[in-house]
Amino acid sequence: MNPRRKKRLAVVASVLIGIGAVAGLVLYALSQNIDLFFTPSEITQGKKETGLKPSIGQRIRIGGLVVPGSVSRDPDSLKVSFKLSDMTMPIVFKDSDIMITVYYDGILPDLFREGQGIVANGRLAEHAPTGLSIEASEVLAKHDENYMPAELAEAAGKKHEKTTYSDKQLESKKSTGY
Amino acid sequence: MWKWLHPYANPEVAYHFTNKVLPWLSALAAIFLSIGLVWALVFAPADYQQGHSFRIFYVHVPAASLSMGIYFAMAIAAFSSLVWQLKLADASAAAMAPVGAAFTAIALITGAAWGKPMWGTWWIWDARLTSELILLFLYLGVIALHNAFEDKNLAGKAAGILTLVGVVNIPIIKYSVDWWNTLHQGSTVSKLGKPSMSLDMLWPFIFSFIGFSLLVGVIICLRFRNEILARNSIRPWVRNLVQEHTTK
Repeated sequence: MNPRRKKRLAVVASVLIGIGAVAGLVLYALSQNIDLFFTPSEITQGKKETGLKPSIGQRIRIGGLVVPGSVSRDPDSLKVSFKLSDMTMPIVFKDSDIMITVYYDGILPDLFREGQGIVANGRLAEHAPTGLSIEASEVLAKHDENYMPAELAEAAGKKHEKTTYSDKQLESKKSTGY
Repeated sequence: MWKWLHPYANPEVAYHFTNKVLPWLSALAAIFLSIGLVWALVFAPADYQQGHSFRIFYVHVPAASLSMGIYFAMAIAAFSSLVWQLKLADASAAAMAPVGAAFTAIALITGAAWGKPMWGTWWIWDARLTSELILLFLYLGVIALHNAFEDKNLAGKAAGILTLVGVVNIPIIKYSVDWWNTLHQGSTVSKLGKPSMSLDMLWPFIFSFIGFSLLVGVIICLRFRNEILARNSIRPWVRNLVQEHTTK
């Protein structure tokens, strides 16, 4: 290679390395803020590295798995509450898991079911019977990276049914003016 | 290897080479795309949770990974253009940018269409979606710079610098779902070891992925050919070519 090309190569390569290093440091510094949500254990104990903890009344997103058997729906309205626990692999639920209750008044996404990953957006509050909880204004389903044909899923004992609503439940939402 | 590659740095040789490759590439792309898409959209089994909405996967994932792949190829072209000042490398980068932008837009739009029924929202500012949107802006910036200067060498240099600065975004997009918690799921197919889907869902994906890659190759070849002609319009070989075509 002739010296001019060598020089240009050195300049371009060092600029690239420099930009890479800067981007890496910026992302490292911001990494806590880039996270989309808090997990239930991060809400009670703070983030692992910084100990950052959300305060009561703060608007946050929480992400976790819907604890089986914790979903309770009001028969006359769209009000629903469920508990979220940390996403761990393999998926097991124990009573000793840290859980946060989510209260929501609205229609759940199609993928919502027990054991499903959920991201909820709302205000952190302290409720008398359940402790720390989220009053959610939005509930989103988080799909995992696994895809499965229906026959295979049935063989593995998995089934999915959409949440259904009665007319009475849907009426209540209209009358409250949403 | 350099001796073998060297003749292709000549615009005329490169033009005739793309001419020779194009029919083969187009035929292969048509075969793979038609097999892959029909298999994926009609015959592949529906997902147990998502039903038929899952089929967006067969367009979304190839589009998204090609949007990153094209950018990487463009960055390599920009790098060799800056270091070795190959004029053809500039031409190829200019040919690739709009194709990459289109595929980024396809990935974003199909993703939003899937997100609304599945997640419950069209858009969320999580790391994966935001970094892919930045990729679209990078492409648009590169296209704008290529067209902002009369002097094509200057334009290539400016666009090349932006391309190389933006290349840090590629690993961020790829690993965003591993480094941070996001609403977007992790990767299904490119996972080390076993992919997280059954084989009768995976095969149509492989076909449509190869099909889309070949389609990208065809479009880039067509655009590259045009770029070469436009940039060498005063050369005698281009004039001869035009004359041959007009007298025919």
